[in-house]
Amino acid sequence: MKRALLIGVLLSGVLALVPLTNDAYWLRLGTTMLMYGVLALSWNFIGGMAGYPSFAVAAFLGLGAYTGAVAQKFGLPMGWAWVAAGLSALLFATLLGAALLRLRGHYFAIASLVVAEVLRELVNSATELTGGGMGLNLPVPSMISVQAQASFFFYAMLALVLLTFVATVITTHSRLGFGLRCIQQNEAAADMLGVNTTAFKIAAFALSGVFVGIAGAIYASWVHYIEPPDVFDVLYSVKAIVMVLLGGAGSVFGPLLGAAAFLTLEELVWRKFLEVHTGVLGLLIVLLVMFLPRGVLSITQLWKRPKDHRA
Amino acid sequence: MLFLQILANGLVLGGLYACIAAGFSLVWGVLNVINILHGSFIVLGGYLAFFGYTQYGIHPFVSIAIAAPLFFALGYVLQRTLINRMIAAPVLLTLTLTFGLDLMLANGMLAAFTADFRKLILDPPLGILRLGALVLPIDRIIAMLLALGLTGLLYLTLSRSRMGRAIVAVRMDREAAALMGVNVKHVYALTFGLGALMAGASGPLLAMIFPISPLTGPVYLGKAFVICVLGGLGSVPGAMIGGITLGIVESFGSLWFGPEHATTLSFVLLIAILLMRPEGLLGRKGYA
Repeated sequence: MKRALLIGVLLSGVLALVPLTNDAYWLRLGTTMLMYGVLALSWNFIGGMAGYPSFAVAAFLGLGAYTGAVAQKFGLPMGWAWVAAGLSALLFATLLGAALLRLRGHYFAIASLVVAEVLRELVNSATELTGGGMGLNLPVPSMISVQAQASFFFYAMLALVLLTFVATVITTHSRLGFGLRCIQQNEAAADMLGVNTTAFKIAAFALSGVFVGIAGAIYASWVHYIEPPDVFDVLYSVKAIVMVLLGGAGSVFGPLLGAAAFLTLEELVWRKFLEVHTGVLGLLIVLLVMFLPRGVLSITQLWKRPKDHRA
Repeated sequence: MLFLQILANGLVLGGLYACIAAGFSLVWGVLNVINILHGSFIVLGGYLAFFGYTQYGIHPFVSIAIAAPLFFALGYVLQRTLINRMIAAPVLLTLTLTFGLDLMLANGMLAAFTADFRKLILDPPLGILRLGALVLPIDRIIAMLLALGLTGLLYLTLSRSRMGRAIVAVRMDREAAALMGVNVKHVYALTFGLGALMAGASGPLLAMIFPISPLTGPVYLGKAFVICVLGGLGSVPGAMIGGITLGIVESFGSLWFGPEHATTLSFVLLIAILLMRPEGLLGRKGYA
């Protein structure tokens, strides 16, 4: 546990040097990567540890973005707006989890998928509060240079990803993490052996919501303008899943690795195939699922024979 | 009188919805795969009818007969080559796989046909039917009847034909069916082919009524989800009841809450049903 935390802190120390390059492109890419890291680590709580196929990431992201934006519209300072976004996502995930986590398999997946659609429609129609389909402009932070703003949001996202990472490490080594892994393997047996499965699953779902909510609010402040189809995009949910699959589900560093690998792929695809980039993304997803369902690190195992044949 | 008109609209819509959902429900029930491609298949079927009519003058009702074998073959091959490999994988992986395939198909259609909304307009139009104060467009009525006919044919295929009995047998008990000499891989591919056929055949019907665009795929997919949950999984009568229920709910929902809330209403209904009766209104637990 100490070693994982140490590596995490060292890694963020190295990443903290990125703004020194003073290159807008790398800063934008870096901030996106850190946001993807938050999404992947967050999904890992419910999807990787507990094994529940959640598609709710987009719902939490959009909720956080709109909570942050509306809070700022009413005069809350940016920092507090982010906190408010985290709290609203936490509360929403807890209530939603209490209702939805009774479902399993496809039913849970679809119910969690639909939540983003419902929220998007609601935000779309609440025009006075959210601007509806016209979207919502956010106040530009008081920093003078564009460069300083870019660095500021990079560091904000970096701090958030570190926070999410620490939460992941602590959870993994706690009773909660142990219980979630039991639920993944056999929920009925875990329940019988005294794991409070309902409370554990809700805790995992809440953890998977809160950081994404904050990330949504930071994202909204970063891009200054949000609209419902942008932040409630179901692709965010799918991307989070693909990142974790890429990196290896259930592990501590896997989601981060997956986020970095996915962003690299996405950036290459974006640049080379602007017109058909979602199609190529789809092809990547298909190839990944077909050939590397256990993540990129499992690529070595394609050639290696298992040492222990009894296993 | 308004009540009757809205009810009639709901029934027409419901017949079409039943046709959309029947194939989706079949694949979900038998293969335990959620076919995210279903919505895009419907749209592709719609384009087939659109271009068939505008370029070659083939009536949309005729293009159903062209779409059916094409989509069946497409579905069969797709299942046999790709999805069969993943059939035993966890829910998450099969879902992600069909999602990836859907991204490819949707993007392909976007590149080929652009995102423009196109409308298939019959020339000359078929006119409208007046029953007292009821006003019913004839093309819609025919589309609904054809949709119900197709759904009925699917039901007969499943309950009467040798292929259909094999599909039902695999759904009930895969191992036992295999032991009785059923080629399970072939049956899975047939099932997926039938699902694709239903989607592709309902495309031309929907193209008669709604504008066609690659962007509408997810909307149809969402409706298929809701109907499956409403009616219960994997049974044709369930899809029929679910479809008609959704059609009526949407029609009255648009009237009372405004058309912009119809989708929200159906999704809220979906979540409520999932929480209260996860096996659906008609569904039984286990296999039907």
